[in-house]
Amino acid sequence: MSELPLAVSGLSVAYQGQTVLRRVDFELPAGSLMGVVGPNGAGKSTLLKACLNLIPTSSGEVRFFGRPYRDVRHRVAYIPQRESVDWDFPVRAVDVVAMGLYRQIGWFRPVRKRHLDQAHAALAKMGIAELAGRQIDQLSGGQQQRVFLARALVQGADLYLMDEPFAAVDASTERAIVEILRGLRAAGKTAVVIHHDLQSVRDYFDRVLLLNGRVIATGPVEETFTAENLQAAYQGRLVVLDRLSESGVAKAVGS
Amino acid sequence: MTHISLAVPEIGSSLLAAMGRLGLGDHNTRVVVFASVLLGLASGGVGVFTLLRRRALIGDALSHAMLPGIGVAFLIGSTFGDFGKNLLLLLTGALASGLLGVFTILGIRRWSRTQEDAALGIVLSVFFGLGLVLLGLVQQIGGGHAAGLESFIYGKTASITIRDAFWIAAISVPALALVLVLMKEWSLVCFDEVQARVGGLPIGMVDVVMMGAVVAVLVVGLQAVGVILMIALLVIPAAAARFWTQRVSTMVLISALIGGLSGMVGSLVSAVAEDWPSGATIVLVAASIFGFSLFAGTRRGLFARYRERQSARRQAIGEVNA
Amino acid sequence: MTLLASGDWLWALDGWIVVAGILCAVSAALVGNFLVLRRESLLGDAISHAVLPGLAVAFLITGSRHSLPMFVGAAVVGVLCASLTQWLRDSGKVDEGASMGVVFTTLFALGLVLIVKAADRVDLDPGCVLYGAIELTPLDTVRLGAFDIPRVVLVLSTVLVLNLVFVVGFFKELRLTTFDPGLADTLGFRSRWLHHALMVLVAVTAVASFESVGNILVVAMFIVPPATARLLTDSLGRMVWLSSGFAAAAAVLGHWAAITVPGWFGFGSTTTAGMMAVMTGCFFFLAMGLAPWRRRMGRRTSDQVADSAP
Repeated sequence: MSELPLAVSGLSVAYQGQTVLRRVDFELPAGSLMGVVGPNGAGKSTLLKACLNLIPTSSGEVRFFGRPYRDVRHRVAYIPQRESVDWDFPVRAVDVVAMGLYRQIGWFRPVRKRHLDQAHAALAKMGIAELAGRQIDQLSGGQQQRVFLARALVQGADLYLMDEPFAAVDASTERAIVEILRGLRAAGKTAVVIHHDLQSVRDYFDRVLLLNGRVIATGPVEETFTAENLQAAYQGRLVVLDRLSESGVAKAVGS
Repeated sequence: MTHISLAVPEIGSSLLAAMGRLGLGDHNTRVVVFASVLLGLASGGVGVFTLLRRRALIGDALSHAMLPGIGVAFLIGSTFGDFGKNLLLLLTGALASGLLGVFTILGIRRWSRTQEDAALGIVLSVFFGLGLVLLGLVQQIGGGHAAGLESFIYGKTASITIRDAFWIAAISVPALALVLVLMKEWSLVCFDEVQARVGGLPIGMVDVVMMGAVVAVLVVGLQAVGVILMIALLVIPAAAARFWTQRVSTMVLISALIGGLSGMVGSLVSAVAEDWPSGATIVLVAASIFGFSLFAGTRRGLFARYRERQSARRQAIGEVNA
Repeated sequence: MTLLASGDWLWALDGWIVVAGILCAVSAALVGNFLVLRRESLLGDAISHAVLPGLAVAFLITGSRHSLPMFVGAAVVGVLCASLTQWLRDSGKVDEGASMGVVFTTLFALGLVLIVKAADRVDLDPGCVLYGAIELTPLDTVRLGAFDIPRVVLVLSTVLVLNLVFVVGFFKELRLTTFDPGLADTLGFRSRWLHHALMVLVAVTAVASFESVGNILVVAMFIVPPATARLLTDSLGRMVWLSSGFAAAAAVLGHWAAITVPGWFGFGSTTTAGMMAVMTGCFFFLAMGLAPWRRRMGRRTSDQVADSAP
């Protein structure tokens, strides 16, 4: 796996005549966990969607493992924001997880027992094996997030793109997700995670991308996640707590 | 009349009585019942996906959108000979025009900020208006021959002929097969379009095939039961099935069965009693099943949800007391 | 239709047809704005089909085809249709479109059965309900002072005044309840009652238009002119006036086109109501083409900001 899991160069996105992302460049080495951090409206979700061709881009190039996305779909898993689907839909948790296998199963072929077994295993890995048969609208926010993560896990991808997996989840779910992320890294996999809580960036990630319409800074956490860079990314919307500023821990307000 | 009013609530016994009276030996009745059941099965099956795609009323829009196609088909048919009222030609015209309606709805959604409901309404009324305009012209060249062209396709609530039954079978069976074969893909697109797109599923094509199946069932159903009643057959069984299950596959099964049962009971009732038009009767049977499901449905029915709330409350009280 | 086959514009005929068309179009567009904004566009279509049993029952009870009982019957069933739809959605957790579909098709089927069963006594033709005959407007007149005024024009004028008074009089409340029914309730506005009133007017407008211009035209006027105006403005006030303007223009141009355009291809005149609906569609697709251009002119609205939030 010598190629870079993700390399973005000169990526720009305009939406309704307004530039949302301007000339984004970054590269991601294999086996890293990267947090994407920035104020609301910085274009974090847009960045992930643009990488996956979900929205049109105005310029730039995105390469996954050295190839265009459509050649390596099976190596990439995407976890959208929880609100992006209708949780009132008539499926059980295990069915949702099995959806991650539809590509492998192929057109016209039904979902078989062994696929469901795989889905059960992924749910167990997320610590919610007992919820497999539960209708999805009876799951809590954290449980829904775990189902989404389990669906990504069954895909057996090498790169995971996650849109705010920690948003509005309970503490135990947050711990479970962090466990999984570390497990993925140990197995040589790579993950890009949009993240809001600046306090935990240093604990969870080894790389960080500070974004605000453009790349403010990117690189290893120790060098990049500094008070100056945070100021540059958040501008007036950030209060750096004096007492903690040496360690670069800051708190976003007003967003 | 009395035995008929009983037939709706007491489906089982009265139905047998009705069958016995007819002996089902009557060839016409058999054809009508057979066609109604097939139509109910197919529209119940595809209806599930219009409901889950949150396009329950697309049948409304598309059935109206077919009128201009009928006008054009007649125009072509009578220009190149005396094929004006050729059923295949008219159905093809209706199908093409319905599909154009699908594309227009998808286009309006994509290239303007108009909401889905308004997009459906626009296609419905403007296409139908265009159809009326074309029929106004067609009737001038067709003369008496073109008279009643619209009722040829719309609202012929009286009887299903052998020819109609043939077309219903020719469309319903493939439509049901499509539902079974593509259930996995259709469910994914309905539930999580983004995941489907990331996985490389051609959403546009899946959508067009799905709506194409709806249009095809609509086209053959229209002349059997009429516009509004055909819309009902797409919506009501699926909405009723939703009360009983939490799985798409079971929902398809239940919905198709409700559709088929409504078709059978409705057509039998109207075969026995002349003043019950078959289309409307089929719909009223389906609506009764819907009403029953609304209250008694084991998963989302009002009674089941009430019980759920009660037990949750008892549990909460118990915890407080403990 | 033969009346107009010559293609010549006769004020005594075409004048009244256009007036009836404008009255119907503007009445429908006025209330239609709020249907479109509430994302209940198809409720207009649903109600206009669902009133069938109301008409049938009104006829069976009174035994006459007088307008008043018909309006009452239609209004009652119209409100019933809207309330049932809302109840199925809120209490039955049925999908919004589906609950509408279930209710209006069932009511329509009920109406059909009623009409067929009472066929010997009722002279209600479901086909006539759907197609209408605006061309016959000038034939049925009422003597008012020194003038012979078509009955349809009188009825539709009343409806227009009613709708206009409602929309202008409750403009502030309608704006609030359309955008934020929850807030409206906490402020003490009864948004539900206002909604019911709106439904009554939708039903009355639909019924008044049926016999004169046909179901399809009124459905088009409920939805298309407001949707067109929505593409061009973000202010509710401007939207109401613009949609009324489009509706009236579509009525005039529609009738003109119905008697003129077929002549270019060697045909006699065609259906006026259909052509009016087609005209509203032309306006919509024109506006759809213009809207991106307008957006590039740099007017961002709160709506668009919400859309573009990542």
